Amino acid sequence: MKRFLVLLIACLAFPVSAQTGLPPAPYANRQLDDPQQEAAARELMEELRCLKCQSQSIADSNAPMAGDMRSQVRERIAAGETPEQVRSWLVERYGNWVSYNPPIASAVTWPLWFAPIILLLAALWLARGRFRKPKDDE
Amino acid sequence: MNRWLLWLPLVLFGIFFAAVATGLIMPKDNIIESKMVGKPMPAFALPAAVEQRPAVSSTDLAQGKPTLLNIFASWCVPCIAEAPQLLALQKAGVEINAIASRDTPEDIANFLNRWGNPYVRIGTDTTSKVQLELGSSGVPETFVIDGNGIIVHQHIGDIREEDIPKLLKLLEDAK
Repeated sequence: MKRFLVLLIACLAFPVSAQTGLPPAPYANRQLDDPQQEAAARELMEELRCLKCQSQSIADSNAPMAGDMRSQVRERIAAGETPEQVRSWLVERYGNWVSYNPPIASAVTWPLWFAPIILLLAALWLARGRFRKPKDDE
Repeated sequence: MNRWLLWLPLVLFGIFFAAVATGLIMPKDNIIESKMVGKPMPAFALPAAVEQRPAVSSTDLAQGKPTLLNIFASWCVPCIAEAPQLLALQKAGVEINAIASRDTPEDIANFLNRWGNPYVRIGTDTTSKVQLELGSSGVPETFVIDGNGIIVHQHIGDIREEDIPKLLKLLEDAK
């Protein structure tokens, strides 16, 4: 019985202490009261990159810093800023890197928008012979 | 069909192979530099983190003398590694102010008792607000600030012994 209990306790998870013992920022995991503002904040959070887990959006990430960013986004939107103002506030500090919606007319980020179109056109051009009707005498 | 077009798939494969190989051999560094370097310190005022040291605000960082602003946390292991280097900088006469990131007063006091306290002022940033203002993405980070409060340089990661001459030179040049 004792052994069984010991084994049972061993099954429990003991999470390693997290990076920081502090509670998350006020609006990290709390929605705004105004549903329209919350929807706008949510949409923006899905387009902002987490600084810690760089392939996740801050809406997806559990990193404490992502929570702090969510709280900032919500607080700023609750204070009356537009999502684009909040985005440019962050871009000013971290560069276009922080946004998952990069500008079209930028020397660095335009290929992100146009490379797929260029590749598709190139593929069509390469494959154009395949679409031709075979000649009758062949 | 043109003869050279036959080689196109091989060339494309070559480009693909080179891209994958470089990604494997030299993984990209994920360090994100702040775009605030060269700009004035954003205005902020943080409450004192511990009793022994006063609070820090952006006006403290524009008093005519170049300073360092170190962002640290008691829960951050590389911060322990850089503690001796910060003490060496303090000995060299550098004014170091600090922001404690997401930390409690007790933990900060313990950290300073154990690893030394090179700081003139320490502010506590419990929700990373000032860190986001600074374009900083982690701990430890150290900003070199000139006497007018302009950010001159951002050092990302722990300060090692070999970084000290560079930081001292940046501080000298910022005079």
